[in-house]
Amino acid sequence: MLELKNICTYYGNIQALHDISLKIEEGDIITLIGANGAGKSTTLMSISGIIPPRTGEILFKGQPIHNLSPDKIVALGICQVPEGRHIFPDLTVAENLDMGAFLRKDKEQTTKDLDYIYDLFPILKDRRNQPGGNLSGGEQQMLAISRALMAKPQLLLLDEPSMGLAPLVTRQIFDIIKKINREHNTTIFLVEQNANLALKVADRGYVLETGRITLHDKASTLLADEDVQKAYLGI
Amino acid sequence: MDYFVELFFSGLTRGSIYALIALGYTMVYGIIGLINFAHGEIYMIGAFTALITSTVLSIFGFPLPAIVILTLLASAIWASAYGFTVEKLAYQPLRNAPRLSPLISAIGMSMFLQNYVLLAQTSDFLPFPALIPDFDFMEPYAGFIGSSDMVILVTTTVVMLLLTWLIKFTRTGKAMRATAQDRKMAMLVGINVDNIISITFVIGSALAAIGGLLIASHIGQINFYIGFIAGIKAFTAAVLGGIGSIPGAVLGSFILGLTESFATGYVSSDYEDVFAFSLLVLILIFRPAGILGKASIEKV
Repeated sequence: MLELKNICTYYGNIQALHDISLKIEEGDIITLIGANGAGKSTTLMSISGIIPPRTGEILFKGQPIHNLSPDKIVALGICQVPEGRHIFPDLTVAENLDMGAFLRKDKEQTTKDLDYIYDLFPILKDRRNQPGGNLSGGEQQMLAISRALMAKPQLLLLDEPSMGLAPLVTRQIFDIIKKINREHNTTIFLVEQNANLALKVADRGYVLETGRITLHDKASTLLADEDVQKAYLGI
Repeated sequence: MDYFVELFFSGLTRGSIYALIALGYTMVYGIIGLINFAHGEIYMIGAFTALITSTVLSIFGFPLPAIVILTLLASAIWASAYGFTVEKLAYQPLRNAPRLSPLISAIGMSMFLQNYVLLAQTSDFLPFPALIPDFDFMEPYAGFIGSSDMVILVTTTVVMLLLTWLIKFTRTGKAMRATAQDRKMAMLVGINVDNIISITFVIGSALAAIGGLLIASHIGQINFYIGFIAGIKAFTAAVLGGIGSIPGAVLGSFILGLTESFATGYVSSDYEDVFAFSLLVLILIFRPAGILGKASIEKV
């Protein structure tokens, strides 16, 4: 479904990604793990077109997207929940969700999807008229994921959904991620520092080290891998 | 007492015009963090467009109400085209440049537009036709509020209500707020940020042009330099109310308009600017973010 071919991304003169190649099949949960500053978020920003790669190709369903603007990429069905959630703080919860559906014209279906979201996260319904900035961290993460879902994505990019959340809330978020993948056949590309958690839900995983992919395999194999255990799982 | 009421209404009239211009400053600042110094010139161009359109239409013998409406539309559209073009030419290429660059570009644009109108229209004050007649039903109140003051107040109120509706309830308005709050995230939900910025400039320019037309008809003359003074005053009003805040711009404008009006009436017209800018200095000392502005901490 999504294929990165030899991506190199730069911040000015500094190269952040070296020759990244990876493949995501439809319906999969794929995870990208790595330490701080390895280039995980940069990879997602390259896919979303915010920091386009300088060389290399990104293909979505066989069609090149690395030259498209971010809004065109969203229109194709690739949505990102960025690190730190980035809720619009002065927009209400309902307005935040409406912004998720910014490119959609099908009003009736959008309303139905909104009801589905409120079913999934009743707390968002209770707080729909409150500014997004007033929510707690866990609620903001729910809102951020919901906002992305409102766009009806085919591929959902999640950047550190567990960051700064209590373990119980993290588990809840991950259950929802699995549910979205199962029920809607939404392909998920999950970036995580919490490798243990990510590899448990994922089908396959890639390991990123200082801008290079050093390993990729089935998630279960990576979980059992000695080097991965030492470096990322703290075993 | 009558004198006080008269000054009060004249202050409101001034405030309305400042508000129409200040909104453009504050909306643009809110969305891209730029003080658009060329905004006063857009207001001036709006006034000139109104002068040309109304003159041409009256030559062709259009009735007055038609002239007023067509002139309003023409100057709003033409000034919007200028605002749009200025943004595309002078600001968009500098979107990722250091903050000072677009600011300098804005000052350059302001000078360019002033001199361009100076060359095209001479530096003389040109008489502007009174587009707003003296209404009969306003006769009893003529002592303290003129017909054109009334029209300015009503028009401004209607325009403000429309703007509030647009920003609060339409998807475009929400997208404008979203872009102002978090531009990168706005891109990630699929908002074409460049379009939203263009729309902001177009709306701001149309509001300024309406202000230009109204005040030109009220005062009865215009020249190429009117945009500079009005622009500085409206900018002051926007800062007074808290730059970036839409209600703040309106509030700041009315406070500034009333201050100037009372200073002129009770002290001397020579001192109106002294009072206006003293007020600004006081506000900035005691509430640096402006009356309704949020104090924000600059992250390093």
